[in-house]
Amino acid sequence: MILDLRNIYKDYQQDKLVVPVLKDVSLQIEEGEYVAVMGPSGSGKTTLMNIIGCLDRPTSGKYELDGQDILELNDKALSAVRLNSVGFVFQNFQLLPRQSALDNVCLPLIYAGVKKKERRQRAMAALEHVGLADRAEFKPAQLSGGQKQRVAIARAIVNNPRILLADEPTGALDSRSGNQIMELFHQLNSEGVTIMMITHDARIGEEAERMLHIADGVITEEGEAGRK
Amino acid sequence: MIENIRLSFQGIWSHRMRSFLTMLGIIIGIAAIIAIVSTIQGTNKQIEQNLIGSGDNNVEIQLYQGDYPLEFSYEPVPAGIPVITPEALEEIREQEHVKGASLYRMRQDYDGVYYLQSSLSGGCVRGVDDSYFSTCGLMIKNGRGFSSDDYARSKKVCILDENSKKVLFEGENPLGKTIEIRQEPFVVIGVAAEKEAFEPVIHSIDEYYTYAENTSGNVYIPDSAWPIVYQYDEPQSLVLKAENTSDMTSLGKSSSDILNQYLMTEDDSVRYKSEDLMEQAKQIQQLGQSTNMMLIWIAGISLLVGGIGVMNIMLVSVTERTGEIGLKKAIGARKSSILGQFLTEAVVLTSLGGLIGVIVGIILSQIISRANGIPAEISVPAAVLSVVFSMAIGIIFGILPSYKAANLDPIEALRRE
Repeated sequence: MILDLRNIYKDYQQDKLVVPVLKDVSLQIEEGEYVAVMGPSGSGKTTLMNIIGCLDRPTSGKYELDGQDILELNDKALSAVRLNSVGFVFQNFQLLPRQSALDNVCLPLIYAGVKKKERRQRAMAALEHVGLADRAEFKPAQLSGGQKQRVAIARAIVNNPRILLADEPTGALDSRSGNQIMELFHQLNSEGVTIMMITHDARIGEEAERMLHIADGVITEEGEAGRK
Repeated sequence: MIENIRLSFQGIWSHRMRSFLTMLGIIIGIAAIIAIVSTIQGTNKQIEQNLIGSGDNNVEIQLYQGDYPLEFSYEPVPAGIPVITPEALEEIREQEHVKGASLYRMRQDYDGVYYLQSSLSGGCVRGVDDSYFSTCGLMIKNGRGFSSDDYARSKKVCILDENSKKVLFEGENPLGKTIEIRQEPFVVIGVAAEKEAFEPVIHSIDEYYTYAENTSGNVYIPDSAWPIVYQYDEPQSLVLKAENTSDMTSLGKSSSDILNQYLMTEDDSVRYKSEDLMEQAKQIQQLGQSTNMMLIWIAGISLLVGGIGVMNIMLVSVTERTGEIGLKKAIGARKSSILGQFLTEAVVLTSLGGLIGVIVGIILSQIISRANGIPAEISVPAAVLSVVFSMAIGIIFGILPSYKAANLDPIEALRRE
């Protein structure tokens, strides 16, 4: 088991009001799974992903990633987990506009302390993986939305993370580009990458092998879905 | 680290105008300091050179009564001053850092030296020993020097310097001509000149007097001929040549002490003393010092303002790049990486400003030097210190924005955009 969340609660303090966002969420993900978390906006799905991505801490509960108790780690160790075990894909790509596609993909490797030559080789390999080797020296502004998202995916997988977290990866794309991204996810998943994707789009969610519904901070439904 | 520096340059280049304006405060401050320091150093060196001469490193030791040198034209010689013995002279020559020492007698003779109708008014007559010319860095330009025969037989021969030659002979060839010193005929056998011609730059009346003393001309005669025109056993003065300018003060003191041991005068205030030119130079230099310090402080304020400008731009930059910071944190950047990135950027910015400032300052000091005739002396330590100091400004004023960036909440940072 890669991911083990048990009885996760998350409250936000809004003025004097305590707003519960996640209520008793438990979730296990096995290696190689492709999971979609679906829910309307405000349901707590982004918060769930931030907790899984070690960007946020739950108010209470237990969270193990790859057998490691995440909630006991300090800031520095959490950075290392994000660096080595988690890959993020965002709705708005979050590429650095002034750097080439290749440099964008290199970024996590810099923080991992990889030497320049190896860095470029690995980044190039990741770009090839997403089919953009010929666009390596392009700046993000010269790429289409779908291409940008593929660069972002290359960046997310360049460190061989244990789990790929995607937050509305097709939210900013037209349906054709979106479909290409979905195909890429299937391809990556078939190669063994564990993927967790959150979306509010049921059509996209159905692409996954396993689908969770979240509403009002509670995972309400869990079942087999998708095309298999 | 190298990556950070590369990214910093990239960032600075992509905001050329903004970066330049930000650096401007630092550039102006550093340029002003470099220009001021160069001008001060140049002026100080000039003062030293005017007073001390062009590296001859000559120290003159004379008999003083209290604070004034004894002048035998008007005053009787106090009792108990023996002639300086060869042993005492040897003792002085054997000190470390002494390149030479010579004895001479000197009179400033206002109405004693004539050639036909021309008088050497205010010039000096010097009775010198056989090593005097080499000690003082003089060489015989025309004619010959004093021979041992001249000394042994107290011949009435003399050597002129360039100034006395000009005053007395007005372009005529002086060699073989006879001049009068106190009604005694002396034959001119040579003309002496300084080995290195030295033209001091004169800025003030003080400097003019210092200069004037050397310009009214000297007439040199063998010291054995001195009693013919003046008096027997007149106290001698000593001139020594130090190896380094920095040794002059201490050698002047130690040599005076040696000579003073032989004194047997009743009057304790009669003493051999060296004219401490280094000390005089320092005093003149210090007069300008307080003004200069003030200028440097004002330039320092410009640096402070420049630093605040850098901090301001860095804060703007952090706000602008919130998304980038959030992303970097999400993909695994540590706080320290973010801190390092922004701090490097601030330091690169200010160091670059400092570097440009040094270059502008050097150009500025050359312009000032051309315009005012004050030589500028570029100080390497000041230039290095300026760049280091601008780096420090980058660190000091970059800390706050960088700390702010490092502590951004990544969730907040990613949500904005």
